[in-house]
Amino acid sequence: MVALDAASTAGASYADARVMRVRDQRIGTREEQVSDLRDDETIGIAVRALVGGAWGFVASRTLNRAEAVRLARAAVEQARGNAAAVRVPVQLAPVDPYPNGEWSTPIRIDPFAVSLEEKVDLLLAANAAALGVPGARFVTSSMAFVRLQTTMASTDGSVIQQTLYRTWPTLTVTAVAPDYSDFQSRTSAEVAPMGLGYEHVQAARLRERAPEWAEEAVQKLSATPVEPGDYDLILDPSHLFLTIHESIGHPTELDRALGFEANYAGTSFLAPPEQVLGSFQYGPEIMNVIADRTQRGALATVGWDDEGVPADSWPIVRDGVFVDYQTTREQVHWISAHTGVNHSHGCSFAQSWDRVQFQRMPNISLLPGEDDYVIDDLIAATERGILIKGRGSYSIDQQRFNFQFGGQVFYEIRNGVVGGMLKDVAYQGRTPEFWNSLDMLGGTRSYELGGTFYDGKGQPAQSNPVSHGCPAARFGNVSVINTTSRG
Amino acid sequence: MSILTEGEARQLCERVIAAGTADEMLVRVESGLDGNTRFAVNQLTTAGEVEDTEVTVTARFGRRAASVRFNALERTGIAAAVRKAEQLAGLAPEDQEQMPLLGEQLYQTVPAFFDSTRDLDSTSRAIVVKTAADAAESAGLVGTGFLPRVARITAVANSNGLFAYQRSTLASFTTTVRTRGGDGSGWAGTTHNDWVRMTPPAELAERAGRKALQSVQAVTVQPAPYTVVLEPTAVGNLIRLLANGLGARAADEGRSAFSRPGGGNRMGDRILDERLTLYSDPQDPDLLERPFTDEGEPVGRTVWFENGVLKNLAYSRYWAERQQAQSVPLGGGLKLEGGSGTALDLVAGVESGILVTRFWYIRGVDPRTMVYTGLTRDGTYLIENGQVTRAVKNLRFNQSIVEMLDKIDAIGEAERVVASESGGLGGAVVVPPIVVRDFNFTSNSDAV
Repeated sequence: MVALDAASTAGASYADARVMRVRDQRIGTREEQVSDLRDDETIGIAVRALVGGAWGFVASRTLNRAEAVRLARAAVEQARGNAAAVRVPVQLAPVDPYPNGEWSTPIRIDPFAVSLEEKVDLLLAANAAALGVPGARFVTSSMAFVRLQTTMASTDGSVIQQTLYRTWPTLTVTAVAPDYSDFQSRTSAEVAPMGLGYEHVQAARLRERAPEWAEEAVQKLSATPVEPGDYDLILDPSHLFLTIHESIGHPTELDRALGFEANYAGTSFLAPPEQVLGSFQYGPEIMNVIADRTQRGALATVGWDDEGVPADSWPIVRDGVFVDYQTTREQVHWISAHTGVNHSHGCSFAQSWDRVQFQRMPNISLLPGEDDYVIDDLIAATERGILIKGRGSYSIDQQRFNFQFGGQVFYEIRNGVVGGMLKDVAYQGRTPEFWNSLDMLGGTRSYELGGTFYDGKGQPAQSNPVSHGCPAARFGNVSVINTTSRG
Repeated sequence: MSILTEGEARQLCERVIAAGTADEMLVRVESGLDGNTRFAVNQLTTAGEVEDTEVTVTARFGRRAASVRFNALERTGIAAAVRKAEQLAGLAPEDQEQMPLLGEQLYQTVPAFFDSTRDLDSTSRAIVVKTAADAAESAGLVGTGFLPRVARITAVANSNGLFAYQRSTLASFTTTVRTRGGDGSGWAGTTHNDWVRMTPPAELAERAGRKALQSVQAVTVQPAPYTVVLEPTAVGNLIRLLANGLGARAADEGRSAFSRPGGGNRMGDRILDERLTLYSDPQDPDLLERPFTDEGEPVGRTVWFENGVLKNLAYSRYWAERQQAQSVPLGGGLKLEGGSGTALDLVAGVESGILVTRFWYIRGVDPRTMVYTGLTRDGTYLIENGQVTRAVKNLRFNQSIVEMLDKIDAIGEAERVVASESGGLGGAVVVPPIVVRDFNFTSNSDAV
């Protein structure tokens, strides 16, 4: 509050301050060794001030009243200097004050309260289980836990305290051909990072599943190289979540669409807004996509965003048609005439106290279909196709048209039956045609959450944790390449 | 805030070491000013100025070790962090690969700190950004860009008497300029430790604007292997990935592009074009990198490829001892020696090909051969009879970067580039423009 008063007195029309403590624990292992053991904690204060329609942002690790005042004055002074280079002043959409806001990620077991021995024992047991499979030569495993404790206050009258948790257990096993002519890896791609506590590690069952992943790494050595061509693709949720992230999550960021990220993350094919909102046919009628910051267990789930806007849930694609973008307070008026939405969707986020908040992706999820199919139903209905599980190599152009996505494991499908394992598979396509080739959608029973800690955007680049829910889905006649050939 | 002097950094390290009771202690201090200013749609959007000092303490009991990074540096904060590191280390299993701490070392002197860069405060940056944004506006174009700068120190100390200290500055300026109709896009950028030695932002803004205007009305070319002229930034985008494959251990264990079939690694083999020499050297005036690792191991000049022959791989201290080799740390930047001439000079020698400004979203596809995929971006042009004739639509590639570096037709003059796709302040990369045969484009992109 000292900082906010100082900013107002110095001339800010709006200011917010965040005091943030970030704890980041990581345990890494390889084979029988603990290779990385750390438990980091940093704290700092950031003040953002708006003066003459321009932003200033200053942050420091020093926490005391005098420093808070100094930062506020410096942020105002910086904003004044910046205003000379601003053409269109920032306008913030109104938000209700939340003077006593409190929210915490609903976890069952605090990961930082679990003993180190238990964590290390679990990882080394999982490594041993993987290395028990003949042909498995190397294994790494890890656990990462993050806790963000934030007190955010604004001159709009909000004082909000939040504690966010993230948990990610992983395992990667590598098989090497006896003659050193090939090596193949398999990661625990089905175990997503989640906004949960240590209960997620327990549910992941790394030790029990490690032999299966190890066997698949070994199988990949002798898998059949894929024949390039057009195939029906059945995408498991452990794979499809990242396709959604790249081809729906990023193009529907409003700052991209209007050119604000052109120098790094890129722009979007979904532009200009007035020509695509309510009319762009993203996919078939069975395609419904929501943006959401309320889903339990998802990584971008919060009580409020980093400018005091309560968590929201809203449609992005309705019955196949694109209907809305992701927004922050200053972006609302850019499109409100076209959407009729006069409030922020609450997409402001900063990775830490030392970075300014800006528009970041909420959880963007593909809703299950009305027919209650499971993945086996999709397979049974497919004459010639490929089943893809897990995330692999992902690349997409800066407007989100042309993509090339790989995976962890691939299986041939013939006449409704899963056949042998394939390797060196990637599919290429163009986003609008790809989503319009969606012809079969799993139901609620096949719905899962995938996610990442490391959605990158902005300059300086910041990481945003985000989840994507989806059922299994089938796409018709997608171009598949062999990644070792020249096609 | 002033930058920590060597004496202040040493004092801080000593305070942390003195707070511990572990067998051995390792401390790293990273401290300084981190500022940046962004602009988009021809106006300044955000800026930031951050002051921080972060300490990473590693406590070791025999072969047990754990680390804690923290920035609460009052006496109680230091004591709590050291205690946490010691508690964790006490619980950790023994790491058989743990090497003893180094003793006192000698380091190269690297003059990487420049007042001109330190003094690039938010007011100065706003003026620079306004110049670039106004240039785009007056040309009827849309300018976007980023100007980050750091002024920082790194110090490493341990309970065996080792102490290392380095202060440095670094800045970059990158800009993407687009046409108002969104049918053209151009990029330009530069980076250096010394702001004064960087290409003036106004000149870069003009270059990016020219590229944007030249990239309209792009034609589609059939994806296929082409002769390409890669501008230095495009070369840097790919060369920095080569460092990912330079680990000796992965090569010896059979899981690297530099593994020898049947066992061992490929050191001694000619792998790249005979004209290519790639090295790291913190003292090189074009690189000016930190002359020690996070553990205080000295980093000197290492030639990775000499005249195309793989001369060195990076050995950790553990792997070096096990393989009875010399420890060779990764670090010290990357420099690919060049010849003479700019990218446009190289174009003059190409009958038919494609000129690439930079690449985007580069990801590994096949680690066995270092095949990467990615796309061209912000200025891709057709070359006909030694001239740039028109813009082509962007293309996706799937290409082994090792194989690419053995298909070189010509090499230009090396320069320091912004090699990271994010325009951030990464390790120093100095590379020439090159002409490559049969660069494998696999599909077209509609992205501008």
